[in-house]
Amino acid sequence: MSDDSDRRDDEAGDARNTREDHQLRVSKIRDGTVIDHVRGGQALNVLAILGIDGSEGEELSVGMNVPSDRLARKDIVKVEGRELSQDEVDVLSLIAPDATINIVRDYEVIEKHRVERPEVVEGVLSCPNSGCITTGGEPVSSRFDVLSDGVRCAYCETIVRDGIAALIDT
Amino acid sequence: MRHDHLITSKQLSRADVETVLDRAAEIDADPDAVADRHTNTLLGLLFFEPSTRTKMSFETAMKRLGGDIVDMGSIESSSVKKGETLADTVRVIEGYADALVLRHPKQGAATMASEFVDVPLLNAGDGAGHHPTQTMLDLYTIRENAGLDDLTIGIMGDLKYGRTVHSLAHALTNFDTRQHFISPESLRLPREVVYDLHQADENAAIREHDSLEDVLPSLDVLYVTRIQRERFPDEQEYQKVAGEYQIDAETLEAASDDLTIMHPLPRVDEIDPEIDDTEHAAYFEQAHNGVPVRMALLDLLLSDERGGEDDE
Repeated sequence: MSDDSDRRDDEAGDARNTREDHQLRVSKIRDGTVIDHVRGGQALNVLAILGIDGSEGEELSVGMNVPSDRLARKDIVKVEGRELSQDEVDVLSLIAPDATINIVRDYEVIEKHRVERPEVVEGVLSCPNSGCITTGGEPVSSRFDVLSDGVRCAYCETIVRDGIAALIDT
Repeated sequence: MRHDHLITSKQLSRADVETVLDRAAEIDADPDAVADRHTNTLLGLLFFEPSTRTKMSFETAMKRLGGDIVDMGSIESSSVKKGETLADTVRVIEGYADALVLRHPKQGAATMASEFVDVPLLNAGDGAGHHPTQTMLDLYTIRENAGLDDLTIGIMGDLKYGRTVHSLAHALTNFDTRQHFISPESLRLPREVVYDLHQADENAAIREHDSLEDVLPSLDVLYVTRIQRERFPDEQEYQKVAGEYQIDAETLEAASDDLTIMHPLPRVDEIDPEIDDTEHAAYFEQAHNGVPVRMALLDLLLSDERGGEDDE
């Protein structure tokens, strides 16, 4: 066994589907992080949130709209050579609340956990309110409080419930 | 009251509000008693938007406490014109002053600025956000005229962009009040304010009305705000809407004899001048109350800064 997605004994159907697809489309990683069960179509937003664009030579594999029992269609992101912290991945809960995170070392999954909603996300989203001080060239990162059904700018207090992915600061 | 900054009325408990209003009443009754209380204290004024009442009453308040002001002046004559950020401006001016008063067109400006300074910062209006010191003088005026508990208040006009409304509505959740919100559909309370009102009081009823007629007879206080032309796509639409939210002597025939009418000013034509000399009118008194209330706020914040000489 060399890939995290092959190890899910609780999701046999998912695993069957993804095994073939992964083997064909997404290479296995030796050391790093696998973000699985991302809602279909959100993989690139996941990378944007994590600030990963490949420009620093990171080895990435992305599978999009892979068949999944649980999500119908899901995305998978694999990042070679980087173990993401819980804080880093929790922010993904805004756009990928079902995501599972697998930390891989020497082809073995050594840690597996779900994303949890953080209380605050910083420097990830842009405030959609053009009247907000964070849009005015000030030396300040955006900061949003996470609500049960959306996010709220900690500065201008604008509440966003829909379309959060569109606010990702790329 | 123990706060480093005054950014929004949401940070104030009922006890905080009462501390400020009680202090303001003491000062109002005997201003000479505090004439030397803050000598050698300098208040920095940073007004990035025009202001008459707020700016002048802060200046008066500081001087009546024995201190003085340093004023950034107009944007045109300041470094802001050269592209300086607000963060840099406040960091520079905190070196000149013992406390700062900030008015800025961007929402959240005071919150952000407070993260860059150690001296107390008072929000004197941030875009369509908050205006907590106006709220304190509003509450003072309401308490003097109608009392703050068992109160029925109508808040009318531009509820969407009116920062005095946002701050007042929240502060009133500390008291036993029934709030009615009267506005055209397009200028209803923003959902953020409604959210906060429900957070403050999960049973809060947001009573919204298109017309003052529905509620006028039941009101103890009517708080009128200006509907601004620029909120409407064309002049005709503005005239049509604004006309429905103007009050005159005829309007008040349906009101209680004890109705108190307030307005944060400036007014344009929301309140007919014929009302000015009636017992209903409290808006000039309200503006005058800005001085003792801001004296009280400055005294409490500056005393905290000096080690809590009032609170211990």
